[in-house]
Amino acid sequence: MTEFFMGLGLSYEWAWGIATICGILLIAFPLMLGVAMIIYADRKIWAAMALRKGPNVVGPLGLLQSFADGLKVFLQETIIPSAANKGLFLIAPIITFTVALMAWAVIPFNSGAVLANINVGLLYVLAISSLGVYGVVIAGWSSNSKYPFFSAMRASAQMISYEVSIGFILICVVLWAGTFNLKDIVEAQRDHVWLINGFVANPLLFPMWVMFLISGMAETARAPFDLTEAESELVAGYQTEYSSMAFALYWLGEYANVLLMCALNAVLFWGGYLPPLDIPVLYLVPGVVWLLLKILFFFFIFSWVKATVPRYRYDQLMRLGWKVFLPVSLLFVFLVSGYLMATRYGV
Amino acid sequence: MIQVFAFYLFATLCIFSGAVTILARNPVHSVLWLILAFFNAAGLMVLVGAEFIAMLLVIVYVGAVAVLFLFVVMMLDIDFAELRAGFVKNFPLGLALAAVLFVELFVGLIVRGAGSVALGKADGASAQAADASNIEAIGALLYSRYLFLFEAAGIVLLVAMIGAIVLTHRQRSDTRGQNISKQNARRPEEATVNLQPEVGKGVQI
Repeated sequence: MTEFFMGLGLSYEWAWGIATICGILLIAFPLMLGVAMIIYADRKIWAAMALRKGPNVVGPLGLLQSFADGLKVFLQETIIPSAANKGLFLIAPIITFTVALMAWAVIPFNSGAVLANINVGLLYVLAISSLGVYGVVIAGWSSNSKYPFFSAMRASAQMISYEVSIGFILICVVLWAGTFNLKDIVEAQRDHVWLINGFVANPLLFPMWVMFLISGMAETARAPFDLTEAESELVAGYQTEYSSMAFALYWLGEYANVLLMCALNAVLFWGGYLPPLDIPVLYLVPGVVWLLLKILFFFFIFSWVKATVPRYRYDQLMRLGWKVFLPVSLLFVFLVSGYLMATRYGV
Repeated sequence: MIQVFAFYLFATLCIFSGAVTILARNPVHSVLWLILAFFNAAGLMVLVGAEFIAMLLVIVYVGAVAVLFLFVVMMLDIDFAELRAGFVKNFPLGLALAAVLFVELFVGLIVRGAGSVALGKADGASAQAADASNIEAIGALLYSRYLFLFEAAGIVLLVAMIGAIVLTHRQRSDTRGQNISKQNARRPEEATVNLQPEVGKGVQI
């Protein structure tokens, strides 16, 4: 895109700047629209599994429900508790929302379509997703209220626990792909096993994908790991004191994070923008369509799990993270590196 | 142009937030300013091309260490009167520390003025050519030239971790933990009995 703006007679710096801003808007606006529609889809799927109709009044088939909700929330009064730490109370939702958008910068949408094609793309995603916990923790502390505070404690412990195993899972992927660049990771999955594009067909990496999916649910605090907002114990968790747009920012940020996890599943294990099979005719469909289909598929799995699985107890959550996922992922780091040493690099 | 602007932005914010970390009255605010300082330091690392170090700084310090800081500090019961009382007591110590740091800085400046140590100049001449990515370059160094130090550091950390676990682990006999595999192995036949007791007769369990 930089070349296009340079063609208009701008200097390189200006052209690059304008191209980057256009790129950011090109990702952020469809993402926001996508989040609005995915909230609708989530509610529809959830309703269908509970044999209900779900949102069906606003607009055709209830398609405009999210926008109606957004308008309602926008017109509400912003309530700031008098005992709250005002500055931090207002910054917290902004952090959550911003961080949820930032990680999308390195996701490759097609072979040439990535905003920041950096060498340490995967580490960048890991760094940004580890920032997500601050929005929750600051909200819990600055609300100066019991239940949000408990929620913040839970969130910080939970996210750190699952980040450890996610780190080991990603190491397995990086070892196999030989790079941290997300686009190169996708390219490394081309024709991986019997024409299948994707590490998921690899027997050593398939268990890693299953663990990544589950850890992703825990990392984004989705059901069945939504202990940070367990309504039976903590009212609404860290969001208890929030209203109006601040609440909406949490809502949007949460779903943007879920979509990001779905995109990471697709990019790291299911071949990202590549078609499922390495057959020429499938490449006629644009890569971004394949990526979108994969994201939607994983989002369906997330909704499905939310609708069917009961919430974990807190000690069970910790047990799963530290006593099951951590040793198993460590074992697979050992197995994968051992296999690669024996076959690819030679001992 | 943009690099210079970014450098001054990151550097100013880094120094400012570092200063506020010390000056802030509230420990939680201190930790949050510290996080901002880490973040800006990572930005400076990106500017000099050390993207790997920058990302590790954010992942390790911001993502894990500072969260634990925050975790502890959030639970503190802050008593400002007590904090001020400690200030008078610790003031001489702080002054001595400041004096030592100032002298060291001064000595450092004199030594630099003498120009005896030939450090690399910032003209890129002594830096490695950028044909390998950050991670490859660091990996190649760590696993060849500094292999022993690298592994020694790993062993030190492992021992520290085991030590922490041994010190804090305690076996509690008064609580009953959940044995999930035992629960899963339990079948309906051994857990339930189907009886049809006569009227007025109890059931022997």
